[in-house]
Amino acid sequence: MGGSFGSNAAGDASAFLGILPEVLLVIWGLVVLGVDLVLKHGGKRRPLGVLAALGMLGILVVAVLMRPPADQPAALLGGMVRNDMFTYVFRIIFIVGGALTCLVSIDYRKMRIGSEYYSIVIFATMAMSLMAAANDLIMLYLATEAASFSLYLLAGFNRNSKLSAEAGIKYFIFGAVTSTVMLFGLSLFFGLSGGNTSYQAVAQAAANPALRVPVTFAALLVLVGFAFKTSAVPFQFWAPDVYQGAPTPISGFISTASKAAGFAILIRFMFYGLGVGTQFASDAALAFAALMQPLAILTMVLGSLLALMQRDVKRMLAYSSIAQAGYILIGVTALAAGPAEPEQALAAVIFYVATYLLTNICAFAVVGMVEQRVGGTDISDFNGLGRRAPYLALGMTAALLSLLGAPPLVGFVAKLVIFGAAVSVNLIGLVVIAVVMVLVSVVYYLNVVRAMYVERTERDAEPFYVPAPTGLVVLVTAMAIVLLTVFSPPFWNLAIEAAQSFRFPL
Amino acid sequence: MANFPILTLIMLVPIIGAAIILLIPRERDEAIKTVAAMASLTSLVLSIAVFFGYDRVLGGFQFQEKIDWIPQFGIGYHVGVDGFSAPQLVLTGVVTFCAVLVSWRLQDRPREYFAFLLVLVAGVFGSFIALDLFLLLIFYELVLFPVYVLIAGWGSKRREYAAMKLTIYLFVGSLVAIVGILALYFLAGNSFNWFDLQANIAALPDTEQVQRLWFLPVFVGFGVLASLWPFHNWSPDGYAAAPTAVSMLHGGVLKATGAYCALRIGVQLMPEGAKFWMPVVVFLCLAGLIYAAAIAYRQTDLKYIVGFSSVSHLGLVLLGIAALNELGLNGAGLELFAGGVMTGLMFSLVGMIYERAHLRDVRELNGMLRVMPLAAIGFVIGALTLMGMPGLPGFPAELQILMGLWDASQTPSTMFQGSTNGWYAIVAVVAVISIVINAAWTLRVAQRVYFSEPKDMELQKLPRLDALEKVAIVFMCAILIVVGLLPNTVMSVVEAGVQSILRTIQAG
Repeated sequence: MGGSFGSNAAGDASAFLGILPEVLLVIWGLVVLGVDLVLKHGGKRRPLGVLAALGMLGILVVAVLMRPPADQPAALLGGMVRNDMFTYVFRIIFIVGGALTCLVSIDYRKMRIGSEYYSIVIFATMAMSLMAAANDLIMLYLATEAASFSLYLLAGFNRNSKLSAEAGIKYFIFGAVTSTVMLFGLSLFFGLSGGNTSYQAVAQAAANPALRVPVTFAALLVLVGFAFKTSAVPFQFWAPDVYQGAPTPISGFISTASKAAGFAILIRFMFYGLGVGTQFASDAALAFAALMQPLAILTMVLGSLLALMQRDVKRMLAYSSIAQAGYILIGVTALAAGPAEPEQALAAVIFYVATYLLTNICAFAVVGMVEQRVGGTDISDFNGLGRRAPYLALGMTAALLSLLGAPPLVGFVAKLVIFGAAVSVNLIGLVVIAVVMVLVSVVYYLNVVRAMYVERTERDAEPFYVPAPTGLVVLVTAMAIVLLTVFSPPFWNLAIEAAQSFRFPL
Repeated sequence: MANFPILTLIMLVPIIGAAIILLIPRERDEAIKTVAAMASLTSLVLSIAVFFGYDRVLGGFQFQEKIDWIPQFGIGYHVGVDGFSAPQLVLTGVVTFCAVLVSWRLQDRPREYFAFLLVLVAGVFGSFIALDLFLLLIFYELVLFPVYVLIAGWGSKRREYAAMKLTIYLFVGSLVAIVGILALYFLAGNSFNWFDLQANIAALPDTEQVQRLWFLPVFVGFGVLASLWPFHNWSPDGYAAAPTAVSMLHGGVLKATGAYCALRIGVQLMPEGAKFWMPVVVFLCLAGLIYAAAIAYRQTDLKYIVGFSSVSHLGLVLLGIAALNELGLNGAGLELFAGGVMTGLMFSLVGMIYERAHLRDVRELNGMLRVMPLAAIGFVIGALTLMGMPGLPGFPAELQILMGLWDASQTPSTMFQGSTNGWYAIVAVVAVISIVINAAWTLRVAQRVYFSEPKDMELQKLPRLDALEKVAIVFMCAILIVVGLLPNTVMSVVEAGVQSILRTIQAG
């Protein structure tokens, strides 16, 4: 571990102050577990969800208030964790995602949800937040595994359903294999950097021309892990089965927060570990960067084309989320191409990830309601939703059109900045492919809208009860989808600040 | 007066009206309709003020308002009108006000109906005044969604099919246009501002190729809304299913938005592209005109007939734009206005019959003159406007369009090097014939529906027109007659706008 644990910072209480939100998350997860013991056996577990969500909202306030100085990133826990604007922004993204997931889960009655469910969501949120903050190979691996294991458990949480069990196992096996490959890559870096695991040491090793081949090899192995987390092709196979089988709120969580965490570590590793965009930019970094373009193309093309063939809305959203990962990878490609202003490209990625989180959670919240009230997630189960639950259908429409990227919804702004970043480094071909795929996606997104508004069912007249927490989530996210276009400047500035943090050394 | 945000107000008043309507209790029917009427009347009065306040000598864009919005992406709130768009604001105001008046009998969920209607109108006003393309796209899409809901929720037969068909056509069309606009945005300095884009595109080193490449997606994308053949297919189905007020707004005003955007963004930002591709556009318009005339002749459904006459009217407008000269553009501007009022008028008349008799088939209607004499007069005035009868505004408009097209046939073609667009002259002749056929058929329909001997005595017992409907008919007819007799009221403003448009075309 080199000297990274040698400093006395590890024992310093102030180090924990820097990761106070994560510490609070751990405590809150334990509190939720503990409260369950007090509740009557076999009684209602609904208050636990409210408790978990409220606690996360409280921690969100703390996280928002803990704004680090933009130009002075702090190294915490002996350099394991980097507390800067990037960490700050992603932490907020994850806590919002976790809180919304808890709220949606409260009335998800397909299975018995106990305190362990909510505390695992909270722990996963904490782990993702540390993923974004990781500045060290060990931290990277530990945080990634902590997040992954939480999600394996959640994916298989519905013990009544074979599909859910399959989802859990499948996710676990895929995750275990790819994380082993990644670990192998990380261990190579450990050796190449002379036993020092900090990103700075890795960057120095990467810059060494003599180590070009092994560094490139190791970087590719690590990329496998990232590709799995972001469900990039060819490591996307798990996604449709897992999204379909997992409890719907968890599908929403995996498709958004977990993916965002994957992009956070990918960007961190590229910038801080391989030195893309700094004076350390090396051949290995460039080889790594060169892979991003084919990855982006494959991911968006395959995702979009396969989404066309789905009859199940959860599976469709799974493939759509693969396609979305492809669009985000366009931003990463632009970033890797070394633009004059990397902040713009990086901020575009962050903005896209954040808005995508809100949009997809909105969509999955509606899917979860339909699943419970109608009994399935086939596209025909959405028939007549426009009459049975007009507000839910409206929220779903907003979410789908935003995923499509139609103005005036926030998805349009997100696509605009991503494409803009790519155009500014002359990746015209990539943008052309993306636009074609967006046009393809019109079909599968509007297909659901059509079912909701055009198709009829014999249960048309039956109203559709929407419990308050889920209704609140749909309302809040749909409002965000509509209003964030108009009020995007402060959020864009935040994304820019987060993007700029790589300019400031520790 | 200079700093008074009158354009913003025109666009905002319907939105405020919609918000107030949503706050009114459901059962207070009269209050809801009164608010809708007041809001649309306020917008109408303000747009008339803009129309007469527009300085014809000065020309160019006036009443501009500009606020930074998202400067990082080159997006601003920038609105203004020129002589071309000022009459269209009045058109929107007139048709909206009349649409509210003729919807007074509506009993089915009036609160939601009028709220969506006003939001739609706000989007239309916004599209006419926006000088920032991002803003324009937002308004443009703001229009599509209420149209879907209004047709699917309040339409007649096969309404959901028609609403979805219409929405998909227009939405995909708008996406194609957006792709073109984004390409321009990225190529020309990351700004959505119309003036910046115009200057930057013209200054590009490979400006000619860029313009030729991106003109077609933008023009055709917006052309879908102007029912450019062969992408017009949504239009007759949509109108047949839509409730009266929506047909009026869609046929009279929304299509005008499509043609206007095709001109403002397609032609004005990419004049070289326009010069290159115009033969194709002329061909499509010609095909559309012949097609509309042929189909209308076979139709017996009143709404389809009026729907196809609106396709003809827009075909003329696009032909005028395609001529790319002063006469053609002047004619297009006047035709947009006159044809818009004409379409609104005719759809409202069809609606009045349908709401009473629940019949729209020409063969089943007869002797309506005695039931609604005023409607019969209105229908004839509308048909004569389409036909281009002197004394009505269709005459100066169509005359100028066709003369413009004739003039354009002398210009050399950029697409087929070395030849001239001589065949435009033939197009002009064919266009005249097809329009006359279409209008003649419409008149024949009027004869059958209104002036025939009453056979069906049930029809004679239908309730007479109420006062508000009469006001709407008289108002729209009066505008047609006044503008027909004094075309200069509108022409002088349109000409001022066309002068600056011509400068941008010739500079390119």
